[in-house]
Amino acid sequence: MHYIDPHIHMVSRTTDDYESLAKMGCVAVSEPAFWAGYDRGSAAGFRDYFEQLTTFEPKRAAWYGIQHYTWLCINAKEAENVALSREVIAMIPEFLSRPNVLGIGEIGLNKNTRNEAIVFLEHLDLAARMNELVLIHTPHLADKHQGTRMILDMLAGETRLERQRVLVDHVEEHTIRPVLEAGYWAGMTLYPTTKCTPQRAADMVELYGPEHLMVNSAGDWGPSKPTAVPDFMLEMRLRGHSEELIQHVVYDNPREFFGQCPRWS
Amino acid sequence: MTAEEIWNRDFLPLRSKILEIAATLDRLDRAGGVQSDLNKTLQQALAVLLDGKVDRAERVQLLFSRQYEEGWRKQLEV
Ligand SMILES: [Zn+2]
Repeated sequence: MHYIDPHIHMVSRTTDDYESLAKMGCVAVSEPAFWAGYDRGSAAGFRDYFEQLTTFEPKRAAWYGIQHYTWLCINAKEAENVALSREVIAMIPEFLSRPNVLGIGEIGLNKNTRNEAIVFLEHLDLAARMNELVLIHTPHLADKHQGTRMILDMLAGETRLERQRVLVDHVEEHTIRPVLEAGYWAGMTLYPTTKCTPQRAADMVELYGPEHLMVNSAGDWGPSKPTAVPDFMLEMRLRGHSEELIQHVVYDNPREFFGQCPRWS
Repeated sequence: MTAEEIWNRDFLPLRSKILEIAATLDRLDRAGGVQSDLNKTLQQALAVLLDGKVDRAERVQLLFSRQYEEGWRKQLEV
């Protein structure tokens, strides 16, 4: 079965990983801009990163027949620096017409601070003005519940953005319901120790149904497994779920959400 | 899946996870134990597993979560 990984940081992965993904049926990946593991010193650092995301990364993916898409922003962690964030936000429009850019992301909160919220709102304003899709990172561990609720508050206040054009990612048992009930898309991230396991993600599909729900590996430079989406697919199959239902979550849903961007093909 | 199928498939992994919790708590005790709020939360989380009510995963998640306050925007002046 073909699938799409809607959230994976391939700049942190090897070319061998692209080959493994292709062998497992991955036909497209979507790569949000994120934290590199260290704070970049200047807006020029982000310019180089956006260049990599929009030129070399799609080329590397294409070697294995995988379509590569990306999202641009300054991540929530570096958003603590508001002045730098404003420089980066001002630069993003230069890149928005590149053929593999799907929108603004992954923006969001990290420690749920005032500066993070200010920069999140300014990203939302950019997305609304440029009519772009939005991909949102929700915080880790103890900060997730509070941060997700704060994000939903801010989204509700931005009436220019249509809810079906926003994906709220890294939902878990305590955050999935308000996201789906408000009419946004929700993403579940499969991580070895934090976030979701394939089993818990399958539980949530059973509890909430497949509509507006996606599953991703969020493979990056930390402990993560780039081939986690096939683990979820196997879990669903072992539980006796139909191929149609599995495909709905891992292929049709990302296609429907991303398909709202005119640069998706 | 039926309950019986789930039981047959998941009993051994479940048993193993409970043993891991038991052994880790023993290890902590042997090392002198820990006095922290998180340890209290851990005890509450273990109690959730045994209370026989639904939505255990969601309730355990909420136990390990910081509180959300509706007035946060005013508080942070955002
Ligand atoms: Zn990410």
